[in-house]
Amino acid sequence: MLKRIRVGIAALFFTLITLYFLDFAELLPEQLNFLTRIQFVPALLSFSIVWIVSLILLALIFGRVYCSVICPMGVYQDVVGRLARLFRKKKKRFRFRKSMTILRWSVVFIVLVAFLLGMPLLLGMLDPYSAYGRMIVSVFSPVYILGNNLLEAIFTSFDNYTFYREDASIVSISTFIAGVVTLLVIGYLAWKHGRTYCNTICPVGTVLGLLSKYSLFRVKFDHGKCNSCSLCELNCKSYCIDSKAQEIDQSRCVSCFNCIESCNRSAISYKFAYGKRSTKNDVPQKDVVDTSKRKFLSTALLSTVAIPAALAEKATGIEAANKRTPLTPPGSKGIEHLKDYCTSCHLCVSKCPTNILEPAFTEYGLAGFMMPTMKFQHGFCSYDCTICSEVCPNGAIQPLTVDEKHLEQVGKIILNLDHCITYRDETHCGACAEHCPTQAVTMVPYKGALTIPETDQSICIGCGGCEYICPEAGKAIYIEGNAEHQKAEMFEEAEKKEFDFGGFGF
Amino acid sequence: MDRRKFLSALAVAGFGATITAKGAVHVLSQNLGSQSGNPVDLVAVMGGNGDEMFRRGISEIGGMSRFVKPGQKVCIKPNIGWDKSPELAANANPEVVGEIVKQCFDAGASEVLVFDNTCDNWRNCYENSGIEKAAKDAGAKVVPGHQESYYRNVSIPKGKVLKEAKIHEAILDSDLWINVPVLKHHGGARLSISMKNHMGIVWDRKFFHSNDLQQCIADVCTLDKKPVLNVVDAYRTLKSNGPRGKSESDVVLTKSLFMSQDIVAVDTAAAKFFSQIEDMPLDHVEHLANGQDLNIGTMNLESLNVKRIKL
Repeated sequence: MLKRIRVGIAALFFTLITLYFLDFAELLPEQLNFLTRIQFVPALLSFSIVWIVSLILLALIFGRVYCSVICPMGVYQDVVGRLARLFRKKKKRFRFRKSMTILRWSVVFIVLVAFLLGMPLLLGMLDPYSAYGRMIVSVFSPVYILGNNLLEAIFTSFDNYTFYREDASIVSISTFIAGVVTLLVIGYLAWKHGRTYCNTICPVGTVLGLLSKYSLFRVKFDHGKCNSCSLCELNCKSYCIDSKAQEIDQSRCVSCFNCIESCNRSAISYKFAYGKRSTKNDVPQKDVVDTSKRKFLSTALLSTVAIPAALAEKATGIEAANKRTPLTPPGSKGIEHLKDYCTSCHLCVSKCPTNILEPAFTEYGLAGFMMPTMKFQHGFCSYDCTICSEVCPNGAIQPLTVDEKHLEQVGKIILNLDHCITYRDETHCGACAEHCPTQAVTMVPYKGALTIPETDQSICIGCGGCEYICPEAGKAIYIEGNAEHQKAEMFEEAEKKEFDFGGFGF
Repeated sequence: MDRRKFLSALAVAGFGATITAKGAVHVLSQNLGSQSGNPVDLVAVMGGNGDEMFRRGISEIGGMSRFVKPGQKVCIKPNIGWDKSPELAANANPEVVGEIVKQCFDAGASEVLVFDNTCDNWRNCYENSGIEKAAKDAGAKVVPGHQESYYRNVSIPKGKVLKEAKIHEAILDSDLWINVPVLKHHGGARLSISMKNHMGIVWDRKFFHSNDLQQCIADVCTLDKKPVLNVVDAYRTLKSNGPRGKSESDVVLTKSLFMSQDIVAVDTAAAKFFSQIEDMPLDHVEHLANGQDLNIGTMNLESLNVKRIKL
């Protein structure tokens, strides 16, 4: 029964958060973003006291239910495990292993130190929520859009325009690789070894594991009923039940209740932990650490970091030639703030309606790998749009009102007249001014009927409309990022006029 | 190929053949001549709401049934370029669009499609311009234009610079289309009216900007499939900082509407009207003269039968 409740809630949370990430058409209610806010690392980084306290209390009362229900990466592993049970001929039997406490806390320590030294990249790589987000955005989102486009083709052939086509190309190659590696490594582990990731690497799992050692409710043996048949142990994907000793390592138990389901004698149950206590620890434990898996894990992790890093090094030459300060999304205050708080879950990348937020490669340096940056090749930042600032669960992009957004200067306009069509070819253009919401670039009289762009950086907000639309390949006009965002001045309004209904003028 | 596609292809081919054989202006003027002894070439209406002015104008020019025959598939191409509310005059007046859709159905249209290749995010443009709602309420289908795959390459043999362009399939697959621009100041083309509104049926606009914008605007108007009617909405006129506008102070309430089959004439009339608010010499709006040179219309309003109406 408990297991069914767990599976039901987990399936609901998992489906909703996944669809929330994929939902480019904004069909789902925006309130669903609470599913991202209750994730442990985002709650911590955004200092959401309510959520932090709730999650800690949850662990102190019920154990690591977070890992079984709320964490999408945890549920992803359970889905894979379920598939493994369905398709594998030989049934997987888990056997108790000793906790790799030193490895687990070393990871937490290294992640913490790196974070405090201003390198949140490691936290971003290992945080299960962020890794899951990247996996969805870089790997599954294109698939979802392809499905949408297929439906669109079918419906439109019947003159039904409910669906519309979207661009199904992947956001960036490096994050696609990272996404596939995450998918395969964690998928492989889940297929073969249950919740190994959660109980060796995952820093969230380690911290919650510590809390759940003291949880009020937990899975316990009834020593009177148990005959050490080891059925529970064989079904424990966390390798945390020692049926001989009738002991459970609470720091690794994710409260999945599979053991309870498997027991024929009702000798294991989920109950209040501080009743009468009976200790039994006479069975000596055998060290059954499988080092090959450890090696596999560390190699996999290293390659996740090393492959993109190697790719990144190759690309530095190209980037240097442009010599541009990268643009950070409006609300992120600037590069420093973004780097301090972003764990690259790519929710903003997925939600940006004009698809201008892209995972960075080396723009922010290696420490900012995969963090969102604004690129104007395929579009520009909509003047009235504040979506990225609304969805960010980490507070890396702080919420902006539309009025604040109108003055949030993420970069400044640069005009390179030598490349300008009007200056060079003496033909009309004006595409830049056409797109400028504040007329920071405006067309002023030039030769004869010609008009030529003139810029005013003080009222520019760096939306990139001018850069995107400039038809010149070398870009006569572009946006140079502000490392720290500034406040633009309010533009002057035009002189108001009333029309006199005298005549048509012809 | 299914029957519908075959039939529509046949219709398009037939339509194209008629035009190329006789020249669009001839065909259109024949239409007018055949049904009225004293044809009206251009109607200017002032002093009402958008829908009122359109109703009056269309009746003066011979009624919608002159252009739309029962069973025909109609495409309406308003200017929906920007994520702006109707009060900011960056897009065509939704009241006018809604009324046109309604009249198309009244004339027996089997289907009416509405679209634009927007500059801002298309979903915001469609919604916040009020045009999507007005068109849908009147029974039209509002279709997207934000992906290249909606466009097909078409040759433009009469173009001087622009020899081919990717045109939206809603235009190509319809029996006829109606052009519904809004009168606006434009930093590059100087004015954005009916001819400039053609840039919204095209995929690659950057080519226009980098290869003599004013000539390309005229060139694209020589497309075989010309609009059967140009309806210039000037209920509100964007007098400055166009074509997007910064604030409501760029907008003048002008309560006017112009319509004609002659695209150069209706744009000339609208440009002269605009000059009453802000000076705009006709020779600065170079695409007008370029269009006249390509024989798609005339700038000489004296030679036309112009009907001026004040409500």
